[in-house]
Amino acid sequence: MPSFELRDLGGMGYSEAFALQQELVEKRQQGLIPDQLLIVEHPHVITLGRNGRVENLLAGPEVLRRAGISFHHTDRGGDITYHGPGQVVGYPIVDLREWRRDVAAYVRSVEQVLIGALAELGIRAERMAGATGVWVDGKKIAAIGVHISRWVTSHGFALNHATDLSYFQYIVPCGLSRPVTSMAELGCRAGRGEVVASLGRNFSRVFGRDMEMAA
Amino acid sequence: MIDVVMPQMGESIVEGTLTKWLKKPGDRIERDEPLFEISTDKVDTEIPSPSAGVLGEVLVEEGRTVAINTVVARIDEKGEGAAPSQKPAGAATPPPPIPSSPPLPAAAPAPAAGEPSEEELGPLSPLVRKMAREHNLELRQIKGTGAGGRITKQDVEAYMAAQAAAPVPPSPAPSVHPTAHGEAAPPPPRVEAPKARVEPMSIMRSRIAEHMVLSKRTSAHVTTVHRIDMTSVARIRQRSKEEVKARYGYSLTFLPFFTRAAAEALRAFPIVNASIEGNNIIYHNEINIGIAVALEGGLIVPVIRRADELNVLGLQRAIVDLAARARSRQLKPEEVHGGTFSVTNFGSNGSLFGTPVISQPQVAILGVGVVEKAPVVMDDAIAIRHVSLTGLTFDHRLIDGALADEFMQKIKSVLENWSEQVL
Repeated sequence: MPSFELRDLGGMGYSEAFALQQELVEKRQQGLIPDQLLIVEHPHVITLGRNGRVENLLAGPEVLRRAGISFHHTDRGGDITYHGPGQVVGYPIVDLREWRRDVAAYVRSVEQVLIGALAELGIRAERMAGATGVWVDGKKIAAIGVHISRWVTSHGFALNHATDLSYFQYIVPCGLSRPVTSMAELGCRAGRGEVVASLGRNFSRVFGRDMEMAA
Repeated sequence: MIDVVMPQMGESIVEGTLTKWLKKPGDRIERDEPLFEISTDKVDTEIPSPSAGVLGEVLVEEGRTVAINTVVARIDEKGEGAAPSQKPAGAATPPPPIPSSPPLPAAAPAPAAGEPSEEELGPLSPLVRKMAREHNLELRQIKGTGAGGRITKQDVEAYMAAQAAAPVPPSPAPSVHPTAHGEAAPPPPRVEAPKARVEPMSIMRSRIAEHMVLSKRTSAHVTTVHRIDMTSVARIRQRSKEEVKARYGYSLTFLPFFTRAAAEALRAFPIVNASIEGNNIIYHNEINIGIAVALEGGLIVPVIRRADELNVLGLQRAIVDLAARARSRQLKPEEVHGGTFSVTNFGSNGSLFGTPVISQPQVAILGVGVVEKAPVVMDDAIAIRHVSLTGLTFDHRLIDGALADEFMQKIKSVLENWSEQVL
């Protein structure tokens, strides 16, 4: 079975993580490294996908500045989203040529990784037809947005673990006016380490890759 | 010509949206270089070029969704090789501007036309060619310092820097040269003053623009206008104005009286203090009144929370405070959210009455017209009274005209029979 590297990078700025992904995507395209699952935690940041609509940002630049939130245009799919402390952000860098050349299947599999991990931690999450992401009782617990270059993926998912959900007031998440939730809000006490480990196990299972821990 | 098609990105995927062309018609492209981007559910994908050459026709515009295997562009594999050899050296027409939307005819390997051949200048990298095209540079004027006198990226940059520093920027002035028929080439087009100025909208402007259209699309806007006799209020205001100013430092305007009357009417008609969610009516228990404040280049609607618990002085203080902080951009995020009804006072700019746009997801907005003296018939005599034409713009999905008028009658009755002292 091919392998993947799980790298928990802890706290990392959005631009820094973006640059790292680009570097790893290039290495992956050249076959220099195996598939990757990067896990990071971003400071407060709102990002807008290439096809996102800026009206889904509800706060002006001044309000964001005062709230300590930075704003980035980015090249992933999907609309607007928020990242911040307490959120487990995952950036899988997968060469789909060695898995399946199917972007829809890829997105469904990322959802499956999240649903599997949440199930291990006692939360019953599900898909919602026509609304990519992972949902618990109609509330969004994880968002997904992906970029693909020469069949290598970047960007990925953001799972609300212990996120301060009040920060979502500044945006219409993913352009959908549906509520958000977090694992903590649902009463789950699992620590960040447990969440990351569970995501790694489920990634391994869903994508059929042996896990290697990397620094 | 090689056809470029919308690729199949997965078994279940039957179409894709072309979101961005990364190359323009006429651009040279290498095999596997990203050519365009497509978007399928939550995934943006860069699609590499299937072949090297020059991008000829672009058949699908940005933003269009097409079925897989639709031809989206054609690439001319021979591209630039063909054209330069036909041109005599020295023919220095600047490359034509490349239109972004209407596709160029397939047969036009246009940008190559003005480019010198490689025999003349030695091999040129695609980057140097691209820079020369983009900046409209005459490559023959650039001194090459690379191997064998080859022009490098640094040479182009140095040339551009030197040009930028020159006191009179040398125009690309194509020298008049004889064509095959011996006629003089037309003179270069005169540079005319632009007829318009293009400026991107600020984030605030584009958010307002979107919200206005969203609101018009969402609500069935209807406006009813009532004439309100403000003579009693004017009298009370006149009496208290100076003392309020002396004691609290702010002017007493008509706006807090209208706001107070609106709060009372909202209490009497909860359906005006509501919003619609799907097929449900959400009745808000709090009366949070947004006050429209004009800003330079935009507007914002800060909210007075539980406005029904404030008297005229409290409302005036809140209005002055919110407006001042709105203008100095110091409102907290929670102060612009959660409004359940809005008041806009265009009367302060002299407007008689207006038809404002509802702030979503609210269902009504009170538009206050100017308060001024006017002749009014009272008991078959003509009297001079303070009057205001004040209107309610309401969402007819939820509120019917009769109810809107009852609501306005309530406001009218509170204002016309004002008895509460300000101080």
